[in-house]
Amino acid sequence: MEQTSSGFKQEDTQPKDWAQQLHHATRATREDWLGRGISYLCIGVIILVVASMLWFITSKGIATFTQNHVNIGQFLTGTNWAPDQGKNGALPMILGSFAVTFAAAIVATPFAVGTAIFMTEISPKRGRKVLQPVIELLVGIPSVVYGFIGLAVVVPFMRHLVGGSGFGIISATFVLFVMVLPTITTMTVDSLRAVPRFYKEASLALGATRWQTVSRVILRAATPGILTAIIFGMARAFGEALAVQMVIGNAAVMPKNLISPASTLTSQLTTGIGDTIDGTLPNNALWSLALILLLMSLFFNALVRVIAKRGQLSHER
Amino acid sequence: MNKGTKLAMGFATITLLLAGCGKATSSTSSSKSSSAELSGKVTAVGSTALQPLAAKAGANFTSKHSKVNLTVQGGGSGTGLSQVQSGAVSLGDSDIFAEEKKGIDASKLTDHKVAVVGMGPVVNKDAGVKNLKMSQLKQIFTGKITNWKMVGGKDQKIVIINRAQGSGTRATFENAVLKGATAVKSQEQDSNGAVQKIVATTPGAVSYLAFSYYTNKLQAVSVDNIAPTDNNVENNKWKIWSYEHMYTKGTPNATTAAFLKYMTSKDVQNSLVKDMGYISIHDMQVTKDAKGVVTSK
Repeated sequence: MEQTSSGFKQEDTQPKDWAQQLHHATRATREDWLGRGISYLCIGVIILVVASMLWFITSKGIATFTQNHVNIGQFLTGTNWAPDQGKNGALPMILGSFAVTFAAAIVATPFAVGTAIFMTEISPKRGRKVLQPVIELLVGIPSVVYGFIGLAVVVPFMRHLVGGSGFGIISATFVLFVMVLPTITTMTVDSLRAVPRFYKEASLALGATRWQTVSRVILRAATPGILTAIIFGMARAFGEALAVQMVIGNAAVMPKNLISPASTLTSQLTTGIGDTIDGTLPNNALWSLALILLLMSLFFNALVRVIAKRGQLSHER
Repeated sequence: MNKGTKLAMGFATITLLLAGCGKATSSTSSSKSSSAELSGKVTAVGSTALQPLAAKAGANFTSKHSKVNLTVQGGGSGTGLSQVQSGAVSLGDSDIFAEEKKGIDASKLTDHKVAVVGMGPVVNKDAGVKNLKMSQLKQIFTGKITNWKMVGGKDQKIVIINRAQGSGTRATFENAVLKGATAVKSQEQDSNGAVQKIVATTPGAVSYLAFSYYTNKLQAVSVDNIAPTDNNVENNKWKIWSYEHMYTKGTPNATTAAFLKYMTSKDVQNSLVKDMGYISIHDMQVTKDAKGVVTSK
């Protein structure tokens, strides 16, 4: 096979094969085709998996409304969750999920932004040497460990601090705060580092102090990136199941305050799924909760895209 | 060329491996009937209350029959029943009768009772309660009694820990104690282990556990002055108990049948079952049917 040797060599040694060379694919071209084929195949498989997952959860999730004829409005606004007795009010879990998500984001953001500013503007060297590994370590801890620490440390602590049984939104917030902190911090660091150098230089040249530069120029320019970071953190908090389930108490009642037991979509799913039978209302109702979770994560993704787009525009202006 | 050879060799290895697997499975399914040397795959899935016993017995069984591949998994009674009904597993472990579960066609399943498990209320040690009347227990779990001092304990708020709706343990407890009344909405946990830990550490907590999960870190409560002991379950003085079932779909194959026979043998029932905190089915002086009707043997 002549084609196996490279085209360059053939050109030198056998000029009469020109015609063949121009009409047939070289080895490089064929490798290119193969690579492209493998890539497309992989992309195709991923698209197929995602599409079938969407289809699967949607078809199972709407069975509550199509097969069991539960009113969708009542499902979303009802407050009594007892699928065994035919009562399907999912509002307590929806509110519980949003409560822990927003509370965790609100608590974590100042810490994350503060850490990120320290790592990029105040002490980049120590930031990279000390804080970076610490944050990466936090990402690597499995969520069951967070849940166990929450159960053994946070719950008793909250019981002594604010009373009640210790199980509730406040404990879940505390555990989620630690879990979303690395997500928000690392993404904020990236967006702070992406702020063009000349913004900072211009600001300092105009006589602004370091703090003025950081707060009014760098943070302002990085705002879209920081917002994206917060939303990613919220998406993680919204989808977290195990750790939250261990500390929130998992009671399907309307969240009244921060210290009484509540439950989230995920915690209800994980505790309930093993004891329900496929195709029955209690099982379908859980799939409907899963569908709500899926729609929320799609919403978070869409939000990130919108913000990223706006951010790009404002940078070019 | 070099890459090509490597790829070819990889494919050859994979094909060989696949062929090996294929052979293994075909040989196991063909030698079902030979009782001299048992082999094949048995999967038991379901009840977490039965899981430790099934796993231990399974390990002992496979050490005698090395060609048997036996897997025991949890997942909950509901999972066990629906998986065995769909034919996905050979044994569906359940704390409750298949008749009691909506969505399960009990007529297609065969019941094998492999043990009895007693359950009872447990409270945090600080609550100061050691005995409750059945009516008081009902009032606690329906939310009528909210402080331990109302039943002779400390002035402390009662924290109810329930099992998840649909849990076999919860169904057993509610059948015996609530008798149709609706439990107050409260914390729900998804396993005996979680309940054990939370009741031991949360002041004022009350829940219910299988006897095998009792520890000295929590207070087991007597009901109507009857202590939660194996003897009281055997003569039905203690009313809160259930069978541990292993359901099969239709007639089990030889290996599965042999394992079921081993589970109910005097050997296992008198040693392993008792050692692990369950009650032997041979010791029971009464029987209970799916409707909860108890008759003496």
